[in-house]
Amino acid sequence: MIRLEEVSKVYKTSTRPALENISVEVDKGEFVFLIGASGSGKSTFLRLLLREEVPSKGRVYVANFDVARMARRRVPRLRQSIGCVFQDFRLLANKTVAENVAFALEVIGKPRHTIRKVVPEVLELVGLEGKAERMPHELSGGEQQRVAIARAFVNRPLMLLADEPTGNLDPDTSQDIMLLLERINRTGTTVLMATHDHSIVDSMRRRVVELDLGRVIRDDARGVYGVGR
Amino acid sequence: MRASFVFSEVLTGLRRNITMTIAMIITTAISLALLGGGLLVVRMIDKTQALYQDKVEVSIYLTDDVSSTDKECQNDPCKGLRSKLEGDPAVDSITFENRDQAFERFKQIFEAQPELVKLARPEALPASFRVKLVDPERPEVVTQAYQGQAGIDTITDQSEFLDRFFNALNGVRNMTFAVALFMAIAALLLISNTVQLSAFTRRTEVGIMRLVGATRWYTQLPFLLEAMVTGLIGALVAILGLVGLKVVFLDDVLADPINAGVVRSVDGLDILLVSPWLLLVALGISAITGYVTLRLYVRT
Repeated sequence: MIRLEEVSKVYKTSTRPALENISVEVDKGEFVFLIGASGSGKSTFLRLLLREEVPSKGRVYVANFDVARMARRRVPRLRQSIGCVFQDFRLLANKTVAENVAFALEVIGKPRHTIRKVVPEVLELVGLEGKAERMPHELSGGEQQRVAIARAFVNRPLMLLADEPTGNLDPDTSQDIMLLLERINRTGTTVLMATHDHSIVDSMRRRVVELDLGRVIRDDARGVYGVGR
Repeated sequence: MRASFVFSEVLTGLRRNITMTIAMIITTAISLALLGGGLLVVRMIDKTQALYQDKVEVSIYLTDDVSSTDKECQNDPCKGLRSKLEGDPAVDSITFENRDQAFERFKQIFEAQPELVKLARPEALPASFRVKLVDPERPEVVTQAYQGQAGIDTITDQSEFLDRFFNALNGVRNMTFAVALFMAIAALLLISNTVQLSAFTRRTEVGIMRLVGATRWYTQLPFLLEAMVTGLIGALVAILGLVGLKVVFLDDVLADPINAGVVRSVDGLDILLVSPWLLLVALGISAITGYVTLRLYVRT
């Protein structure tokens, strides 16, 4: 599903590489935590997968896309097969819950009857049935993140990237969001989650890839956040 | 591509930047109205030129002794000149006007100023040939051929006066185009600025669109259409402005010369013919400016 081969990334404005000679492989259906301190390269890692950045060296494969070398006009196809969730939810404040989710389909040209059918389905999946007409500001943080997850998942992507999705949430709500991500993972969707949250990583016992100063320093199949941290 | 979605995005965008939208419409409209005005002057010049075309004459004034002795052009050099002119392929037709006829005409022209007529004597007026040309654009063919021949005093050519008249009109046209150009630059910058502003106020939407894999067209078309819709409204305002200007101002100010047949008026048809160009220019410029701005300033 994801394969990075000896990838390095140096930003023009920095002397130290953000990523240095990284090779990581993630299979279809895996659930992987990407951990590491701020500046360890997690964000760059995710941006490379989305082709927001191009590696300075090495190859990046996502699904069947040769991400670093693909034509610019094919990038939308790649992004349609990846769902994204962020710490700050990134909902549109002037649209209702249902409209926010529908937006993701509208802008890729899905027909209206499809949108009318799948939006309620995905809202039910994330546990927001009955809140379709609410505005984002009327919802709790956890509910807003559910909307964001619904939006990321509504087009049934092969892969879900979550960048600190629980960073703004209290522990109980975080737990609920993790249950939801697990549920999505069980549908066969690969989930890659960057996080700082020790307790979540420790309790889930999933694969952990740890980055430090742009290098992979650990890749455990059933890891914990780390000892002595 | 869903038209309704793009359309509603365009409306939202225009409403959100309403002040910029209005500024854009006004500058575009003024610039286009000036351009249209210039084009109308061009049409007016063409039509007025056509009006004078068949009236351009060369006057060959005869010397004093020919004027006084040969009233009916029976002898040389007058007779010889007449037959030569009649046989000239560059000449369409000629009329001979003797001293008395010239004096009659003078009295007619200055009817309103009797003291001038009182002062005038027929002896002061020369006899002349009025020569209509085959090609009114080239009077010099005749003036040069006959200049200095026996019996001829001076040769005048009306086109010299007309040239001055049309030079003035051309000046007006060039001025209008120059001002239109400056206004167009202002309009261009405003369009570019508005597109940037619009893209900035909607950066969250655009960011999400990019993330979920919307194509470049889907992301940028609303901004492009916004610019084009504003340009189009500007052009329509400009056309209305031209019609208004014609009805309230031009028809009134130029009423006398138009009725006298000195200049040709601008009519509704002229504006109708100029309008498509204004619309086309507006659409073209706003589309190109919008596209270039998006390319330069907005990440895809």
